[in-house]
Amino acid sequence: MIEDLTIRRALDGLARQQWSATDLVEDLLRTIHKRDSEIRAYLWVDEEDAIHQAREADARRARGESGALLGIPLAVKDILNVRDQPCTCASRILEGYRAPYDATAIARLRAEGALLVGRTNMDEFGMGSTTENSAYQITRNPWSHDHVPGGSSGGSAAAVAAGEALAALGSDTGGSVRLPAAFCGCVGLKPSYGRISRYGLTAYASSLDQIGTLTRTVEDAALLLRTMAGYDPRDATSVPAPVPDYVAELNGDLRGLRLGLPQEYFTFGLDPEVESVVRTAAETWCRLGVELIDIRLPHTEYAVAAYYILATAEASANLARFDGVRYGRRAAQPRDLFDLYTRTRAEGFGREVKRRILLGTFVLSSGYYEAYYRAAQKVRTLIRRDFDAAFSQCHALVTPVAPTPAYRIGEKAWDPLRMYLGDIFTVTANLAGLNALALPCGWSSSGLPIALQIIAPAFEEARLLRLGHAFEQARGPWPVARGHPPP
Amino acid sequence: MSTDISTFEVMIGLEVHVQLRTRSKMFCACSTAYGASPNTHVCPVCLGYPGTLPAINDEAIRLTVATGLMVGAEISRRSVFDRKSYFYPDMPKNYQISQYDCPLCRGGAVDIVSNGHVRSIRLRRIHLEEDVGKNMHFAHGSGVDFNRAGVPLMEIVTEPDLQSPEEAHAFLVALREILLYAEVSDCNLEEGNLRCDANCSVRPKRCATRGTKTEIKNLNTFKGLLHALRYEVSRQIAILREGGTICQETRRWDAETEMTTVMRSKEEEHDYRYFPEPDLMPVEILQERLTAWRAALPERPADRRQRLMRTYGLPEYDAAVLTADREVADFFEAAARRSARPKAISNWMMTEVLRRLHDGGKTICHAALRPEALAALVDLVERGTVNMPTAKEIFDLLWKEGGNPDDIVRARGWVQVTEETTVRQWVQEALSQHPEAVADFRKGKTAVAKFLIGHVMRLSQGKADPKLTARLIENALQEQINSE
Repeated sequence: MIEDLTIRRALDGLARQQWSATDLVEDLLRTIHKRDSEIRAYLWVDEEDAIHQAREADARRARGESGALLGIPLAVKDILNVRDQPCTCASRILEGYRAPYDATAIARLRAEGALLVGRTNMDEFGMGSTTENSAYQITRNPWSHDHVPGGSSGGSAAAVAAGEALAALGSDTGGSVRLPAAFCGCVGLKPSYGRISRYGLTAYASSLDQIGTLTRTVEDAALLLRTMAGYDPRDATSVPAPVPDYVAELNGDLRGLRLGLPQEYFTFGLDPEVESVVRTAAETWCRLGVELIDIRLPHTEYAVAAYYILATAEASANLARFDGVRYGRRAAQPRDLFDLYTRTRAEGFGREVKRRILLGTFVLSSGYYEAYYRAAQKVRTLIRRDFDAAFSQCHALVTPVAPTPAYRIGEKAWDPLRMYLGDIFTVTANLAGLNALALPCGWSSSGLPIALQIIAPAFEEARLLRLGHAFEQARGPWPVARGHPPP
Repeated sequence: MSTDISTFEVMIGLEVHVQLRTRSKMFCACSTAYGASPNTHVCPVCLGYPGTLPAINDEAIRLTVATGLMVGAEISRRSVFDRKSYFYPDMPKNYQISQYDCPLCRGGAVDIVSNGHVRSIRLRRIHLEEDVGKNMHFAHGSGVDFNRAGVPLMEIVTEPDLQSPEEAHAFLVALREILLYAEVSDCNLEEGNLRCDANCSVRPKRCATRGTKTEIKNLNTFKGLLHALRYEVSRQIAILREGGTICQETRRWDAETEMTTVMRSKEEEHDYRYFPEPDLMPVEILQERLTAWRAALPERPADRRQRLMRTYGLPEYDAAVLTADREVADFFEAAARRSARPKAISNWMMTEVLRRLHDGGKTICHAALRPEALAALVDLVERGTVNMPTAKEIFDLLWKEGGNPDDIVRARGWVQVTEETTVRQWVQEALSQHPEAVADFRKGKTAVAKFLIGHVMRLSQGKADPKLTARLIENALQEQINSE
């Protein structure tokens, strides 16, 4: 049952008493039992607590209480703090840690009645594009088990694609929601920087991080965004812009809209199969009365380099707090303070995290700051201006999400530079603070999903979702991966 | 260690850390109250838990800007917080949120008096940061108390304008006075509200290049600052005299041994890897707010000193003593406004009031004595209603229990007796009880007069007018001699 549902249909069924929240959660747990020993999307599920939350939601509904998401179970990437649940960030260094508080986004979902049933796998601290950098397990792509689900929100994407979750939360620093959405064939939304409070989102790169959603439909993304968005006094970078009713905005009205296809996104090592699927899909909008034009974003080639300087610089400071003094893992029997620090961090962090801490520490060091960090900030400004110029000519952009479909497991694990280049089409939206949507739009010859990306100007999520929704309606329903080849 | 320093020039710059008087911490809602049990004023934010974010305490911004305005600094319309990275267990995030190249205030100056001259000590900058926790060491193991972590800390950096340890001391005294006036900080040294680091270098006079400087940390008392700098200046001069070179290094002042010792050399200095704090937006100070803050500033201590001399005709010394503490000066003015004898008020303030404040270790707002009562007391003395010894007793009562002097005098019947006939009776009684006094006086022992005055005071229960008593005793003794 659950694997064929969306949040919207589950809510309708709850309202019509077709099923209860307890039915939904029990069915969800059965699906997880059936599939997750193979997919390994979840790091942690507390079945007893999930059932308990569901019964409470049913009781609330019976009392006549309402809530925009009352009784809807959600999976949460293991980087968002949910009170009394683990939040390991898929790292050994947070083994045994339980969050003492709710992230603001979580508190808002909870207030609307959402159920927080499990924690999904990810690349350690969000650092990676395959979810292979988890300290705990390898998650498999539900469409092909020897392929990666993408990352870093790979567990969330795999869970949604495999029917092990109705919807899931992720976080996106350079594409970490959109890339796994593309690889697994689900809808990945990265809102504008400042749209959703980051309070409670364990920081990787503070100026780039944003909470996002992985759903089966654009409407579900709109439902979750509507609940989570808005200013939060606990996050100084959240923006006090009004929050439209994103669901009501899905009205199919695309009159007068113009979509830009940036030339620079259809060159760099783009797999010809992906290019043709995305170009063909983009034509769909033409049939809906949207004009397609070519656009230039000339500084795109510097984006990955700038991103890896800025993100690692911020990460080197953000991850300094994991020192074994206050919480999480602590090295056994430290000889002295230095030994406590070095051994805790040597044992606690994985290879990729160490690589990025070193890189970030280097680019901030005295004598190198100007050449790296300052230069990267300038590139960031240029990329922002590229987008400003582009958006003076069109209302949104359409691009591929990734140059290729999902990688084989192990394919890029030992070649970080090639893996970083896979982020080329996604990091720009983070650098410029824009909102973007990954939408499944076709299949590769090997049976892997291919997705397109829509990028809209900051805080134009309503337009972004309307474009995505209209495309989705024209495309038709997308299947759930049941462990057999796609149609 | 003592060395003749007259052939050397000393350059000292100070970095003063001031704990601001806010109710809550710099970036979270935890209390800043001092003295709570360890780790009771903490939350996920000030403990640096994953996912938490800082939210700026606006009051801390206001207090820092107020300080800047008091010292004539330029207030930055836009200032930036930065992360300063280094590992230490007392620092929850292993970076401190501080300000690097866009501080809240730049420039400004504080006047000090040095060898009778006023010198203006230039400030380089004032910025805002968060305090760290406190490491605690036990017989078995160590711990950290994070109650202080995240308390707003203002850092004031001077130019190296201070030319002697004594000037450095005078600067800190003057600065403290300003901070107390602006109600920016309690400046309580025991509670660590004021902490100081000093940069110190010496060079032979008429030498064009600056000497190598050392940084001295852990100067947490006025005496410590003075002694540490005296020690350091002597140490550096002695090295130069012997033809040695000064190492650029950070030294720690040990108040027990009264010595500075090496903490780390230049090579071991941290690379703090400052970069703009991405979790906070730049601080923009709007013109309206700045105008409102400026309007709410108190009078500067130096200005007030001049005004007290002008308005109340006080000598410079009195004005300086009274204005050293804003509350004391407020008290003085409240009393002086009600009195025809401001100087008499000042005398009471500088002796009885300040001594009791000092002995009792409390502030004048907590005293039972009210300014109007002190004014009334001065008036009673002035009108001759009570004599000085009685006035001091009344003062004692006012200090302990409050109330007003007229009521005390009335209730206790302490009105001074000025009628000659009554006082003469007491004088006669004293003389008849002490015939030997007359004999002593005859021998030239004039001190007996004082003895007899004391006796009259006892007989009159302190109410006899002392001047009248003295005159009558003098007359009576003289009469006795003349009559022989």
